[in-house]
Amino acid sequence: MRFDSLLDSVGRTPMVGLPRLSPSADVRIWAKLEDRNPTGSVKDRPALWMVAQAEKDGLLRPGCTILEPTSGNTGISLAMAARLKGYRLICVMPENTSAERAQLLRMWGAEIIFSPAAGGSNEAVRVAKGLAAEHPDWVMLYQYGNEANSRAHYETTGPEILADLPSVTHFVAGLGTTGTLMGVGRYLREHVPGVSVVAAEPRYGELVYGLRNVDEGFVPELYDESVLTTRFSVGSHDALRRTRELLAEEGIFAGISTGASLHAALGMAAKAVKAGERADIVFLVADGGWKYLSTGAYEGELEEAEDRLDGHLWA
Amino acid sequence: MAIEVRIPTILRTYTDGAKAVEGKGGTLDELIGDLDARHPGLRDRLVEGEGLRRFVNVYLNDEDVRFLGGLSTPVADGDTVTVLPAVAGG
Repeated sequence: MRFDSLLDSVGRTPMVGLPRLSPSADVRIWAKLEDRNPTGSVKDRPALWMVAQAEKDGLLRPGCTILEPTSGNTGISLAMAARLKGYRLICVMPENTSAERAQLLRMWGAEIIFSPAAGGSNEAVRVAKGLAAEHPDWVMLYQYGNEANSRAHYETTGPEILADLPSVTHFVAGLGTTGTLMGVGRYLREHVPGVSVVAAEPRYGELVYGLRNVDEGFVPELYDESVLTTRFSVGSHDALRRTRELLAEEGIFAGISTGASLHAALGMAAKAVKAGERADIVFLVADGGWKYLSTGAYEGELEEAEDRLDGHLWA
Repeated sequence: MAIEVRIPTILRTYTDGAKAVEGKGGTLDELIGDLDARHPGLRDRLVEGEGLRRFVNVYLNDEDVRFLGGLSTPVADGDTVTVLPAVAGG
């Protein structure tokens, strides 16, 4: 495949079957390898679409400063795009994210403002909104409420999945900004009667939920509950266990949130087997494992790895 | 046997600091009512009008109850209910 530039090569990622983890010939599980994007994560898609839309709307002009709250992957994608397109990028990132993320952001030229660990991404959003109010000339793309985020998936990820697997019955992905599930979910619902759209939401250690009261919680503006069939909360134990299983059984080296999605996919597969129904379950590999090596997720006893991960934002 | 309910840090002022409490009931609504009898004020932090508060997520055995039947979701002995505030990802 030949492209005019790196930016043009985003998307059209492979989908691979999981012959060992699929329970039967009638109930199959497929991995959509989004780590095969230029910066190694699914976020290249929404990042480029958000930048393109802001350019089209006249919000972004050469030399502009982009501001974005991000736990990592979106920031890394934006940093690459900003470097190539000549924008300055400031990321607001929780301090309890892996060391690799900060290194990658700086490598592509982004500046980082750390937000306190307690409260996780909620705090990053709050800090970024404050900065945006102080600097009206900065452009906050705001992935949680930017319609171009979910549209990127509606226009690209969804159609790719349907083209590669017209018999798809389930789509499973991690729930963060909700952009992937909203975009792919809407597209598949329009084209595949009865399709299930399943969210795997990371459940972190207590520190991340360290809000002062429940009214400070956060639901992304993009989220529309009616697009989902169901939503599972997956803790770090199950996420880590499945991430290792994916590596050991199928040779796929994925990040930890992918383990959470696989956990939900295997749950749906078991349900289909029990009901005697056929299923083609696609789950999304959001990124590779490279950025999480320093967390020790892939070595030693599972329980120890789980302890090391406590308090970290792993999705 | 009873139903285990895991309480997030910010609501433990209602449970004397307990991370998990036990309760009974045939539906989530009854379970929350049972808890509120021993931990007054808890119900008001979870429920608003006919449904759950916007920034409160409740999971029955890891599945979001909003997709199971909301407050009328059936619960049974041996189930685990987890309460968490809604937080951002991404």
